[in-house]
Amino acid sequence: MPEIMDRIKEANRAVTTGIDDSAVKHWVTVYIMGKGYRVPADITIMQAMEYAGYRFVRGAGCRAGFCGACATVYRTAGDWRLKTALACQTRVEDGMFLVQIPFTPAEKPSYDITKESLDGTPLLKYFPEVARCVACNTCTKACPQDLEVMDAIQAALRGDLEEVTELSFDCIQCGLCAMRCPAEITHYHVAQLARRLYGRALPVPQHVLARVEEIEAGKYEEGFQKLLSMSREELYKKEQREKGGLATRDASRVTRNGQGEG
Amino acid sequence: MPNVARHPSRVTRHALPYFPGCALKDQAGHFEASAMAAMEALGWELSELPRWNCCGTVYSLASDDLMRHLGPVRNLVRVQELGESRLITLCAMCYNTLRRSSQFVGADPERLERINAFMDEEPDYQGGVEVLHLLQFLRDEVGFEEIAAKVKRPLDGLRVAPYYGCMLLRPREVGIDAPDSPGVMEGLLSALGAEPVDFPQKAECCGAYLTVTDPEIARERVEGIVSAARRAGAEIIATSCPLCQFNLEHHQADDASPVTRHASPVTVVYFTQLLALALGVPGDKLGFERLRFDPRPHLAERELV
Repeated sequence: MPEIMDRIKEANRAVTTGIDDSAVKHWVTVYIMGKGYRVPADITIMQAMEYAGYRFVRGAGCRAGFCGACATVYRTAGDWRLKTALACQTRVEDGMFLVQIPFTPAEKPSYDITKESLDGTPLLKYFPEVARCVACNTCTKACPQDLEVMDAIQAALRGDLEEVTELSFDCIQCGLCAMRCPAEITHYHVAQLARRLYGRALPVPQHVLARVEEIEAGKYEEGFQKLLSMSREELYKKEQREKGGLATRDASRVTRNGQGEG
Repeated sequence: MPNVARHPSRVTRHALPYFPGCALKDQAGHFEASAMAAMEALGWELSELPRWNCCGTVYSLASDDLMRHLGPVRNLVRVQELGESRLITLCAMCYNTLRRSSQFVGADPERLERINAFMDEEPDYQGGVEVLHLLQFLRDEVGFEEIAAKVKRPLDGLRVAPYYGCMLLRPREVGIDAPDSPGVMEGLLSALGAEPVDFPQKAECCGAYLTVTDPEIARERVEGIVSAARRAGAEIIATSCPLCQFNLEHHQADDASPVTRHASPVTVVYFTQLLALALGVPGDKLGFERLRFDPRPHLAERELV
Protein backbone atom coordinates (compact mmCIF):
# COMPACT_ATOMS: atom_id res chain seq x y z
CA MET A 1 0.00 0.00 0.00
CA PRO A 2 2.64 2.59 0.82
CA GLU A 3 3.99 2.25 -2.69
CA ILE A 4 0.55 2.91 -4.19
CA MET A 5 0.10 5.95 -1.94
CA ASP A 6 3.42 7.31 -3.12
CA ARG A 7 2.37 6.85 -6.71
CA ILE A 8 -0.93 8.66 -6.09
CA LYS A 9 0.91 11.47 -4.38
CA GLU A 10 3.30 11.72 -7.27
CA ALA A 11 0.46 11.72 -9.77
CA ASN A 12 -1.27 14.56 -7.93
CA ARG A 13 1.79 16.78 -7.90
CA ALA A 14 0.97 20.06 -9.56
CA VAL A 15 2.85 20.74 -12.76
CA THR A 16 4.20 23.94 -11.27
CA THR A 17 5.67 22.24 -8.24
CA GLY A 18 9.32 23.01 -7.90
CA ILE A 19 9.44 26.22 -9.94
CA ASP A 20 12.23 28.35 -8.61
CA ASP A 21 10.72 31.81 -8.17
CA SER A 22 14.06 33.50 -8.66
CA ALA A 23 14.21 32.03 -12.16
CA VAL A 24 10.93 33.64 -13.16
CA LYS A 25 11.47 36.96 -14.93
CA HIS A 26 7.90 37.97 -15.70
CA TRP A 27 4.98 37.95 -13.36
CA VAL A 28 1.31 38.70 -13.73
CA THR A 29 -1.47 39.22 -11.21
CA VAL A 30 -4.64 37.16 -11.59
CA TYR A 31 -7.76 37.15 -9.42
CA ILE A 32 -8.96 33.63 -8.71
CA MET A 33 -12.47 33.82 -7.33
CA GLY A 34 -11.71 37.42 -6.41
CA LYS A 35 -8.44 36.90 -4.55
CA GLY A 36 -5.30 38.25 -6.19
CA TYR A 37 -2.23 36.08 -6.82
CA ARG A 38 1.09 36.85 -8.45
CA VAL A 39 1.90 34.00 -10.80
CA PRO A 40 4.56 33.47 -13.46
CA ALA A 41 3.56 34.89 -16.85
CA ASP A 42 3.13 32.46 -19.72
CA ILE A 43 1.71 29.59 -17.70
CA THR A 44 -1.83 28.34 -18.28
CA ILE A 45 -4.83 29.20 -16.13
CA MET A 46 -4.77 25.69 -14.75
CA GLN A 47 -1.07 25.89 -13.91
CA ALA A 48 -1.62 29.31 -12.35
CA MET A 49 -4.33 27.97 -10.07
CA GLU A 50 -2.06 25.14 -9.03
CA TYR A 51 0.78 27.59 -8.50
CA ALA A 52 -1.55 29.59 -6.26
CA GLY A 53 -2.16 26.49 -4.19
CA TYR A 54 -5.33 24.97 -5.60
CA ARG A 55 -5.48 21.24 -6.15
CA PHE A 56 -7.96 19.88 -8.64
CA VAL A 57 -10.26 17.10 -7.56
CA ARG A 58 -12.74 17.98 -10.34
CA GLY A 59 -12.31 20.37 -13.21
CA ALA A 60 -9.11 18.87 -14.57
CA GLY A 61 -8.66 15.97 -16.91
CA CYS A 62 -6.44 15.37 -19.88
CA ARG A 63 -4.63 18.72 -19.64
CA ALA A 64 -4.35 18.63 -23.40
CA GLY A 65 -7.54 20.33 -24.56
CA PHE A 66 -9.44 17.17 -25.43
CA CYS A 67 -11.55 16.16 -22.47
CA GLY A 68 -13.49 19.34 -21.74
CA ALA A 69 -13.20 19.02 -17.96
CA CYS A 70 -11.62 22.42 -17.26
CA ALA A 71 -14.22 24.91 -18.45
CA THR A 72 -13.31 28.38 -17.24
CA VAL A 73 -14.97 31.78 -17.36
CA TYR A 74 -13.01 34.97 -16.99
CA ARG A 75 -12.79 38.65 -17.73
CA THR A 76 -9.70 40.58 -18.65
CA ALA A 77 -8.74 44.06 -17.52
CA GLY A 78 -10.72 46.83 -19.18
CA ASP A 79 -13.07 44.52 -21.10
CA TRP A 80 -16.72 43.98 -20.21
CA ARG A 81 -16.97 40.74 -22.16
CA LEU A 82 -17.34 37.50 -20.24
CA LYS A 83 -14.88 35.14 -21.87
CA THR A 84 -14.69 31.39 -21.85
CA ALA A 85 -11.86 28.94 -22.29
CA LEU A 86 -10.35 25.65 -21.29
CA ALA A 87 -8.06 26.30 -18.33
CA CYS A 88 -5.41 23.90 -19.63
CA GLN A 89 -5.21 25.64 -23.00
CA THR A 90 -5.27 29.31 -22.12
CA ARG A 91 -2.46 31.47 -20.78
CA VAL A 92 -2.96 33.82 -17.89
CA GLU A 93 -3.07 37.54 -18.55
CA ASP A 94 -2.33 40.34 -16.16
CA GLY A 95 -5.52 41.52 -14.47
CA MET A 96 -7.56 38.44 -15.30
CA PHE A 97 -10.57 37.60 -13.13
CA LEU A 98 -11.39 33.92 -13.33
CA VAL A 99 -13.13 30.93 -11.92
CA GLN A 100 -13.33 27.34 -13.06
CA ILE A 101 -16.66 25.61 -13.66
CA PRO A 102 -16.10 22.01 -12.59
CA PHE A 103 -19.49 20.75 -13.76
CA THR A 104 -22.52 21.93 -15.71
CA PRO A 105 -25.68 20.75 -14.00
CA ALA A 106 -27.97 19.13 -16.53
CA GLU A 107 -30.24 16.16 -16.49
CA LYS A 108 -29.15 13.63 -19.04
CA PRO A 109 -32.29 11.94 -20.33
CA SER A 110 -32.02 8.21 -20.70
CA TYR A 111 -33.20 6.69 -23.93
CA ASP A 112 -32.85 3.41 -25.73
CA ILE A 113 -31.26 4.46 -28.98
CA THR A 114 -32.44 1.28 -30.70
CA LYS A 115 -36.06 2.23 -30.03
CA GLU A 116 -35.99 5.83 -31.25
CA SER A 117 -37.06 6.92 -34.71
CA LEU A 118 -34.04 7.86 -36.79
CA ASP A 119 -35.15 11.38 -37.61
CA GLY A 120 -35.37 14.68 -35.78
CA THR A 121 -38.37 13.71 -33.64
CA PRO A 122 -36.43 12.39 -30.59
CA LEU A 123 -34.49 15.67 -30.35
CA LEU A 124 -37.59 17.70 -29.56
CA LYS A 125 -39.13 14.88 -27.56
CA TYR A 126 -36.24 14.81 -25.08
CA PHE A 127 -35.18 18.43 -25.44
CA PRO A 128 -38.28 20.52 -26.13
CA GLU A 129 -36.40 23.57 -24.85
CA VAL A 130 -34.53 23.60 -28.17
CA ALA A 131 -37.56 25.48 -29.51
CA ARG A 132 -36.76 28.29 -27.04
CA CYS A 133 -33.66 29.26 -29.05
CA VAL A 134 -33.82 32.94 -30.03
CA ALA A 135 -30.71 32.73 -32.21
CA CYS A 136 -28.70 35.07 -29.96
CA ASN A 137 -25.49 33.18 -30.82
CA THR A 138 -24.15 33.41 -27.26
CA CYS A 139 -23.44 29.65 -27.27
CA THR A 140 -21.27 30.00 -30.36
CA LYS A 141 -19.31 32.81 -28.75
CA ALA A 142 -18.80 30.68 -25.61
CA CYS A 143 -17.47 27.61 -27.41
CA PRO A 144 -13.74 27.02 -26.75
CA GLN A 145 -13.71 24.70 -29.76
CA ASP A 146 -14.95 27.49 -32.05
CA LEU A 147 -17.91 25.41 -33.19
CA GLU A 148 -21.00 26.97 -34.75
CA VAL A 149 -23.12 25.88 -31.80
CA MET A 150 -26.18 27.99 -32.61
CA ASP A 151 -26.28 26.66 -36.15
CA ALA A 152 -26.21 23.14 -34.70
CA ILE A 153 -29.15 23.89 -32.40
CA GLN A 154 -31.04 25.46 -35.29
CA ALA A 155 -30.38 22.34 -37.35
CA ALA A 156 -31.67 20.26 -34.42
CA LEU A 157 -34.84 22.35 -34.36
CA ARG A 158 -35.59 21.37 -37.94
CA GLY A 159 -34.52 17.76 -37.45
CA ASP A 160 -31.43 17.84 -39.64
CA LEU A 161 -29.36 15.11 -37.97
CA GLU A 162 -26.59 15.21 -40.55
CA GLU A 163 -26.01 18.93 -40.08
CA VAL A 164 -26.01 18.66 -36.27
CA THR A 165 -23.51 15.82 -36.51
CA GLU A 166 -21.20 17.70 -38.85
CA LEU A 167 -21.33 20.90 -36.82
CA SER A 168 -20.90 19.26 -33.41
CA PHE A 169 -18.38 16.56 -34.24
CA ASP A 170 -15.56 18.29 -32.35
CA CYS A 171 -17.68 19.00 -29.25
CA ILE A 172 -15.83 18.11 -26.05
CA GLN A 173 -18.90 18.58 -23.85
CA CYS A 174 -17.34 21.21 -21.60
CA GLY A 175 -20.81 22.67 -20.98
CA LEU A 176 -19.92 26.35 -21.45
CA CYS A 177 -22.60 26.82 -24.13
CA ALA A 178 -25.25 25.50 -21.75
CA MET A 179 -24.06 27.75 -18.94
CA ARG A 180 -24.38 30.83 -21.16
CA CYS A 181 -27.64 30.02 -22.95
CA PRO A 182 -30.56 32.36 -22.14
CA ALA A 183 -32.96 29.67 -23.40
CA GLU A 184 -31.43 27.11 -20.99
CA ILE A 185 -30.68 24.56 -23.69
CA THR A 186 -28.14 21.80 -23.00
CA HIS A 187 -26.57 21.91 -26.42
CA TYR A 188 -24.01 19.16 -25.86
CA HIS A 189 -26.65 16.61 -24.79
CA VAL A 190 -28.82 17.55 -27.79
CA ALA A 191 -25.91 17.19 -30.18
CA GLN A 192 -24.84 13.90 -28.67
CA LEU A 193 -28.30 12.43 -29.20
CA ALA A 194 -28.28 13.73 -32.78
CA ARG A 195 -24.92 12.09 -33.46
CA ARG A 196 -26.11 8.80 -31.98
CA LEU A 197 -29.26 8.83 -34.10
CA TYR A 198 -27.30 9.77 -37.18
CA GLY A 199 -24.74 7.08 -36.44
CA ARG A 200 -27.48 4.51 -36.30
CA ALA A 201 -28.95 5.73 -39.54
CA LEU A 202 -25.64 5.22 -41.34
CA PRO A 203 -24.78 1.83 -42.83
CA VAL A 204 -23.05 -0.45 -40.31
CA PRO A 205 -19.28 -0.04 -40.86
CA GLN A 206 -17.97 -3.56 -41.44
CA HIS A 207 -14.35 -2.67 -40.70
CA VAL A 208 -15.31 -1.44 -37.23
CA LEU A 209 -17.17 -4.66 -36.48
CA ALA A 210 -14.14 -6.66 -37.59
CA ARG A 211 -11.88 -4.61 -35.33
CA VAL A 212 -14.21 -4.98 -32.35
CA GLU A 213 -14.19 -8.71 -32.90
CA GLU A 214 -10.38 -8.73 -32.94
CA ILE A 215 -10.23 -6.75 -29.72
CA GLU A 216 -12.77 -8.93 -27.99
CA ALA A 217 -10.79 -12.00 -29.04
CA GLY A 218 -7.87 -10.55 -27.08
CA LYS A 219 -5.60 -9.43 -29.89
CA TYR A 220 -4.14 -6.55 -27.86
CA GLU A 221 -4.25 -8.08 -24.37
CA GLU A 222 -0.66 -9.16 -24.31
CA GLY A 223 0.64 -5.85 -25.57
CA PHE A 224 -1.38 -3.87 -23.04
CA GLN A 225 -0.27 -6.07 -20.16
CA LYS A 226 3.34 -5.58 -21.20
CA LEU A 227 2.93 -1.78 -21.31
CA LEU A 228 1.11 -1.67 -17.99
CA SER A 229 3.84 -3.63 -16.26
CA MET A 230 6.60 -1.27 -17.39
CA SER A 231 7.98 1.42 -15.13
CA ARG A 232 8.01 5.08 -16.14
CA GLU A 233 11.73 4.95 -16.98
CA GLU A 234 11.27 1.87 -19.12
CA LEU A 235 8.40 3.55 -20.96
CA TYR A 236 10.51 6.61 -21.60
CA LYS A 237 13.37 4.53 -22.95
CA LYS A 238 10.96 2.64 -25.17
CA GLU A 239 9.64 5.90 -26.56
CA GLN A 240 13.16 7.06 -27.30
CA ARG A 241 14.03 3.80 -29.03
CA GLU A 242 10.92 3.99 -31.17
CA LYS A 243 11.82 7.48 -32.24
CA GLY A 244 14.97 5.94 -33.68
CA GLY A 245 17.40 8.20 -31.90
CA LEU A 246 15.95 11.33 -33.49
CA ALA A 247 14.45 12.46 -30.19
CA THR A 248 15.75 15.70 -28.84
CA ARG A 249 13.60 15.99 -25.75
CA ASP A 250 15.33 16.30 -22.47
CA ALA A 251 14.08 13.65 -20.08
CA SER A 252 14.32 16.00 -17.12
CA ARG A 253 11.81 18.39 -18.68
CA VAL A 254 9.10 15.84 -19.17
CA THR A 255 6.37 16.32 -16.63
CA ARG A 256 3.93 13.76 -15.43
CA ASN A 257 1.34 14.73 -18.00
CA GLY A 258 3.75 14.35 -20.87
CA GLN A 259 3.80 18.04 -21.72
CA GLY A 260 7.02 19.95 -21.97
CA GLU A 261 7.30 22.75 -19.46
CA GLY A 262 8.95 26.13 -19.49
CA MET B 1 -32.96 10.34 -42.66
CA PRO B 2 -34.30 13.84 -43.14
CA ASN B 3 -33.84 14.60 -46.78
CA VAL B 4 -31.97 17.86 -46.80
CA ALA B 5 -31.87 19.70 -50.05
CA ARG B 6 -28.46 21.19 -50.61
CA HIS B 7 -28.41 24.12 -52.92
CA PRO B 8 -25.49 26.12 -54.13
CA SER B 9 -25.14 29.27 -52.08
CA ARG B 10 -23.90 31.14 -55.13
CA VAL B 11 -26.77 33.10 -56.50
CA THR B 12 -27.09 32.98 -60.26
CA ARG B 13 -29.10 35.31 -62.45
CA HIS B 14 -32.42 33.58 -62.02
CA ALA B 15 -31.74 32.33 -58.51
CA LEU B 16 -33.64 33.84 -55.64
CA PRO B 17 -32.50 33.72 -52.01
CA TYR B 18 -35.11 31.60 -50.35
CA PHE B 19 -35.95 31.01 -46.69
CA PRO B 20 -37.48 27.57 -46.05
CA GLY B 21 -38.20 27.61 -42.30
CA CYS B 22 -38.29 24.60 -40.02
CA ALA B 23 -41.67 23.14 -41.02
CA LEU B 24 -40.64 22.95 -44.67
CA LYS B 25 -37.65 20.84 -43.70
CA ASP B 26 -39.83 18.49 -41.76
CA GLN B 27 -43.60 17.90 -41.94
CA ALA B 28 -44.12 20.20 -44.91
CA GLY B 29 -41.31 18.91 -47.12
CA HIS B 30 -43.76 18.57 -49.99
CA PHE B 31 -44.52 22.30 -49.81
CA GLU B 32 -40.86 23.05 -50.49
CA ALA B 33 -40.39 20.33 -53.09
CA SER B 34 -43.44 21.43 -55.08
CA ALA B 35 -42.44 25.11 -54.89
CA MET B 36 -38.93 24.35 -56.13
CA ALA B 37 -40.25 22.24 -58.98
CA ALA B 38 -42.79 24.90 -59.96
CA MET B 39 -40.23 27.69 -59.92
CA GLU B 40 -37.84 25.63 -62.00
CA ALA B 41 -40.60 25.15 -64.57
CA LEU B 42 -41.01 28.93 -64.62
CA GLY B 43 -37.28 29.47 -65.14
CA TRP B 44 -36.33 30.51 -61.61
CA GLU B 45 -34.34 28.80 -58.93
CA LEU B 46 -35.16 29.04 -55.25
CA SER B 47 -31.71 29.07 -53.69
CA GLU B 48 -31.73 28.12 -50.02
CA LEU B 49 -30.32 30.82 -47.78
CA PRO B 50 -27.04 29.64 -46.22
CA ARG B 51 -26.96 29.25 -42.44
CA TRP B 52 -30.56 30.33 -41.90
CA ASN B 53 -32.13 29.99 -38.48
CA CYS B 54 -35.71 29.75 -37.23
CA CYS B 55 -37.66 32.85 -38.31
CA GLY B 56 -38.49 33.55 -34.68
CA THR B 57 -42.07 32.26 -34.56
CA VAL B 58 -44.25 33.92 -33.47
CA TYR B 59 -43.60 37.61 -34.11
CA SER B 60 -43.03 39.26 -30.75
CA LEU B 61 -45.48 42.01 -29.88
CA ALA B 62 -43.42 43.24 -26.92
CA SER B 63 -41.90 46.40 -28.34
CA ASP B 64 -38.98 46.41 -25.89
CA ASP B 65 -38.05 42.73 -26.15
CA LEU B 66 -35.36 43.15 -28.78
CA MET B 67 -33.92 39.70 -28.07
CA ARG B 68 -36.87 38.22 -29.97
CA HIS B 69 -35.82 40.07 -33.10
CA LEU B 70 -32.31 38.62 -33.18
CA GLY B 71 -33.41 35.49 -35.02
CA PRO B 72 -35.25 37.27 -37.83
CA VAL B 73 -32.57 39.98 -38.16
CA ARG B 74 -29.83 37.37 -38.34
CA ASN B 75 -31.55 35.85 -41.38
CA LEU B 76 -31.63 39.27 -43.02
CA VAL B 77 -27.88 39.55 -42.35
CA ARG B 78 -27.39 36.29 -44.26
CA VAL B 79 -29.21 37.82 -47.25
CA GLN B 80 -27.02 40.89 -46.98
CA GLU B 81 -23.92 38.68 -46.93
CA LEU B 82 -24.97 37.26 -50.30
CA GLY B 83 -25.10 40.78 -51.70
CA GLU B 84 -28.83 40.36 -52.24
CA SER B 85 -31.67 42.62 -51.19
CA ARG B 86 -34.70 40.38 -51.06
CA LEU B 87 -35.74 37.11 -49.54
CA ILE B 88 -38.49 34.78 -50.77
CA THR B 89 -40.57 32.89 -48.22
CA LEU B 90 -43.15 30.13 -48.61
CA CYS B 91 -44.42 29.50 -45.09
CA ALA B 92 -46.96 32.19 -44.24
CA MET B 93 -45.80 32.29 -40.62
CA CYS B 94 -42.13 32.78 -41.57
CA TYR B 95 -43.18 35.46 -44.05
CA ASN B 96 -45.12 37.30 -41.38
CA THR B 97 -42.43 37.09 -38.69
CA LEU B 98 -39.54 38.04 -40.98
CA ARG B 99 -41.39 40.84 -42.74
CA ARG B 100 -42.70 42.39 -39.54
CA SER B 101 -39.34 42.14 -37.87
CA SER B 102 -37.61 43.79 -40.83
CA GLN B 103 -40.14 46.61 -40.65
CA PHE B 104 -39.80 46.85 -36.87
CA VAL B 105 -36.06 47.43 -37.01
CA GLY B 106 -36.35 49.52 -40.17
CA ALA B 107 -38.78 51.90 -38.49
CA ASP B 108 -36.45 52.90 -35.68
CA PRO B 109 -32.68 53.23 -36.11
CA GLU B 110 -32.18 53.01 -32.36
CA ARG B 111 -33.67 49.53 -32.19
CA LEU B 112 -31.43 48.34 -34.97
CA GLU B 113 -28.43 49.94 -33.35
CA ARG B 114 -29.11 48.12 -30.10
CA ILE B 115 -29.50 44.79 -31.90
CA ASN B 116 -26.29 45.33 -33.83
CA ALA B 117 -24.52 46.31 -30.62
CA PHE B 118 -25.69 43.12 -28.96
CA MET B 119 -24.46 40.99 -31.86
CA ASP B 120 -21.17 42.76 -31.20
CA GLU B 121 -18.37 41.29 -33.33
CA GLU B 122 -20.80 39.86 -35.87
CA PRO B 123 -21.68 41.80 -39.03
CA ASP B 124 -24.22 44.59 -38.55
CA TYR B 125 -27.56 44.49 -40.31
CA GLN B 126 -27.62 47.53 -42.57
CA GLY B 127 -31.34 47.39 -43.24
CA GLY B 128 -33.07 47.34 -46.58
CA VAL B 129 -33.66 43.62 -47.18
CA GLU B 130 -37.16 43.06 -48.48
CA VAL B 131 -39.04 39.96 -47.37
CA LEU B 132 -41.45 38.65 -49.99
CA HIS B 133 -43.92 35.81 -50.11
CA LEU B 134 -43.77 33.64 -53.20
CA LEU B 135 -47.34 34.65 -54.09
CA GLN B 136 -46.22 38.29 -54.29
CA PHE B 137 -43.31 37.36 -56.49
CA LEU B 138 -45.51 35.31 -58.80
CA ARG B 139 -48.04 38.13 -59.08
CA ASP B 140 -45.72 41.12 -59.31
CA GLU B 141 -42.62 39.82 -61.01
CA VAL B 142 -43.45 36.69 -62.95
CA GLY B 143 -47.03 37.74 -63.72
CA PHE B 144 -50.11 35.58 -63.96
CA GLU B 145 -50.25 35.96 -67.76
CA GLU B 146 -46.76 34.56 -68.06
CA ILE B 147 -47.70 31.70 -65.75
CA ALA B 148 -50.88 31.00 -67.75
CA ALA B 149 -48.76 30.84 -70.90
CA LYS B 150 -46.55 28.20 -69.32
CA VAL B 151 -49.37 25.97 -68.08
CA LYS B 152 -49.00 22.55 -69.65
CA ARG B 153 -51.78 20.81 -67.81
CA PRO B 154 -54.73 23.19 -67.18
CA LEU B 155 -56.56 22.33 -63.99
CA ASP B 156 -59.76 22.01 -65.98
CA GLY B 157 -62.18 23.83 -63.77
CA LEU B 158 -61.07 22.14 -60.55
CA ARG B 159 -62.97 23.96 -57.81
CA VAL B 160 -60.39 25.21 -55.35
CA ALA B 161 -61.09 27.31 -52.26
CA PRO B 162 -58.09 29.57 -51.55
CA TYR B 163 -57.65 29.77 -47.81
CA TYR B 164 -55.42 32.66 -46.68
CA GLY B 165 -55.69 32.48 -42.92
CA CYS B 166 -54.10 35.34 -40.98
CA MET B 167 -50.42 35.52 -41.65
CA LEU B 168 -50.44 36.57 -45.31
CA LEU B 169 -52.87 39.39 -44.68
CA ARG B 170 -52.54 40.81 -41.20
CA PRO B 171 -51.56 43.25 -39.95
CA ARG B 172 -52.29 45.44 -42.95
CA GLU B 173 -48.70 46.77 -43.08
CA VAL B 174 -47.40 43.35 -44.07
CA GLY B 175 -50.44 42.05 -45.94
CA ILE B 176 -49.62 40.73 -49.40
CA ASP B 177 -53.12 41.72 -50.47
CA ALA B 178 -56.26 43.51 -49.25
CA PRO B 179 -56.83 42.03 -45.76
CA ASP B 180 -60.63 41.86 -46.16
CA SER B 181 -60.91 40.82 -49.76
CA PRO B 182 -57.70 39.21 -51.01
CA GLY B 183 -57.51 38.00 -54.57
CA VAL B 184 -53.94 36.95 -55.25
CA MET B 185 -54.53 33.19 -54.89
CA GLU B 186 -57.72 33.49 -56.92
CA GLY B 187 -55.70 35.17 -59.67
CA LEU B 188 -53.12 32.43 -59.62
CA LEU B 189 -55.66 29.62 -59.57
CA SER B 190 -57.51 31.16 -62.52
CA ALA B 191 -54.24 31.35 -64.45
CA LEU B 192 -53.81 27.62 -63.83
CA GLY B 193 -57.23 26.85 -65.26
CA ALA B 194 -58.87 26.13 -61.92
CA GLU B 195 -62.10 27.67 -60.73
CA PRO B 196 -61.42 29.66 -57.55
CA VAL B 197 -64.21 29.23 -55.04
CA ASP B 198 -64.99 32.30 -52.97
CA PHE B 199 -66.11 31.72 -49.40
CA PRO B 200 -66.52 34.16 -46.52
CA GLN B 201 -64.11 32.38 -44.14
CA LYS B 202 -61.08 32.52 -46.41
CA ALA B 203 -59.24 35.04 -44.23
CA GLU B 204 -60.32 33.75 -40.84
CA CYS B 205 -58.01 32.25 -38.27
CA CYS B 206 -57.64 28.44 -38.21
CA GLY B 207 -57.05 28.42 -34.45
CA ALA B 208 -53.29 28.39 -34.85
CA TYR B 209 -51.40 27.16 -31.77
CA LEU B 210 -54.59 26.83 -29.75
CA THR B 211 -54.66 23.43 -31.38
CA VAL B 212 -52.16 22.47 -28.64
CA THR B 213 -53.54 24.26 -25.61
CA ASP B 214 -57.25 24.44 -26.38
CA PRO B 215 -58.04 22.13 -29.30
CA GLU B 216 -61.78 22.66 -28.99
CA ILE B 217 -61.41 26.26 -30.15
CA ALA B 218 -59.30 25.23 -33.13
CA ARG B 219 -61.84 22.54 -33.99
CA GLU B 220 -64.65 25.09 -34.00
CA ARG B 221 -62.63 27.39 -36.24
CA VAL B 222 -61.87 24.58 -38.66
CA GLU B 223 -65.49 23.49 -38.70
CA GLY B 224 -66.56 26.97 -39.78
CA ILE B 225 -63.90 27.25 -42.45
CA VAL B 226 -64.23 23.81 -43.98
CA SER B 227 -68.04 23.77 -43.90
CA ALA B 228 -68.17 27.14 -45.65
CA ALA B 229 -65.72 26.01 -48.31
CA ARG B 230 -67.72 22.84 -48.87
CA ARG B 231 -71.00 24.72 -49.10
CA ALA B 232 -69.46 26.99 -51.70
CA GLY B 233 -68.68 23.93 -53.77
CA ALA B 234 -64.95 23.51 -53.16
CA GLU B 235 -63.37 20.16 -54.01
CA ILE B 236 -60.02 21.18 -52.61
CA ILE B 237 -58.73 23.85 -50.21
CA ALA B 238 -55.38 25.48 -51.02
CA THR B 239 -53.20 27.13 -48.39
CA SER B 240 -49.74 28.61 -47.86
CA CYS B 241 -49.32 27.91 -44.17
CA PRO B 242 -48.11 24.62 -42.66
CA LEU B 243 -49.95 25.37 -39.42
CA CYS B 244 -53.26 26.08 -41.22
CA GLN B 245 -52.70 22.98 -43.31
CA PHE B 246 -52.15 20.89 -40.18
CA ASN B 247 -55.17 22.28 -38.37
CA LEU B 248 -57.51 21.98 -41.32
CA GLU B 249 -56.52 18.35 -41.79
CA HIS B 250 -56.19 17.39 -38.14
CA HIS B 251 -59.59 18.64 -37.01
CA GLN B 252 -61.32 16.92 -39.87
CA ALA B 253 -59.57 13.64 -39.17
CA ASP B 254 -60.63 13.42 -35.54
CA ASP B 255 -63.45 10.91 -35.13
CA ALA B 256 -65.24 13.25 -32.77
CA SER B 257 -65.01 16.08 -35.24
CA PRO B 258 -68.30 17.80 -36.07
CA VAL B 259 -66.65 18.88 -39.32
CA THR B 260 -66.86 15.43 -40.86
CA ARG B 261 -69.95 14.17 -39.09
CA HIS B 262 -72.22 14.79 -42.06
CA ALA B 263 -69.85 14.96 -44.97
CA SER B 264 -66.58 13.59 -46.22
CA PRO B 265 -63.43 15.61 -45.44
CA VAL B 266 -62.15 18.25 -47.83
CA THR B 267 -58.56 17.76 -48.93
CA VAL B 268 -56.12 20.56 -48.05
CA VAL B 269 -53.15 21.12 -50.37
CA TYR B 270 -50.39 23.70 -50.67
CA PHE B 271 -50.97 26.11 -53.53
CA THR B 272 -47.55 25.20 -54.91
CA GLN B 273 -48.67 21.59 -55.43
CA LEU B 274 -51.39 22.78 -57.81
CA LEU B 275 -49.04 25.29 -59.43
CA ALA B 276 -46.40 22.64 -60.12
CA LEU B 277 -48.99 20.16 -61.35
CA ALA B 278 -50.39 22.68 -63.85
CA LEU B 279 -46.88 23.55 -65.02
CA GLY B 280 -46.34 19.93 -65.98
CA VAL B 281 -44.41 18.54 -63.01
CA PRO B 282 -45.36 14.86 -62.66
CA GLY B 283 -47.98 14.34 -59.94
CA ASP B 284 -45.92 11.64 -58.23
CA LYS B 285 -43.20 14.21 -57.43
CA LEU B 286 -45.50 16.55 -55.54
CA GLY B 287 -45.98 14.71 -52.27
CA PHE B 288 -49.77 14.26 -52.58
CA GLU B 289 -49.33 10.96 -50.75
CA ARG B 290 -48.12 12.89 -47.68
CA LEU B 291 -51.47 14.62 -47.29
CA ARG B 292 -53.96 13.12 -44.91
CA PHE B 293 -56.78 13.35 -47.44
CA ASP B 294 -55.48 12.35 -50.83
CA PRO B 295 -56.49 14.86 -53.54
CA ARG B 296 -55.60 12.46 -56.33
CA PRO B 297 -59.13 11.07 -56.79
CA HIS B 298 -60.31 14.64 -57.57
CA LEU B 299 -57.34 15.18 -59.82
CA ALA B 300 -57.76 11.82 -61.53
CA GLU B 301 -61.35 12.65 -62.44
CA ARG B 302 -59.89 15.36 -64.66
CA GLU B 303 -57.00 13.19 -65.78
CA LEU B 304 -54.50 15.49 -64.06
CA VAL B 305 -52.64 12.61 -62.42
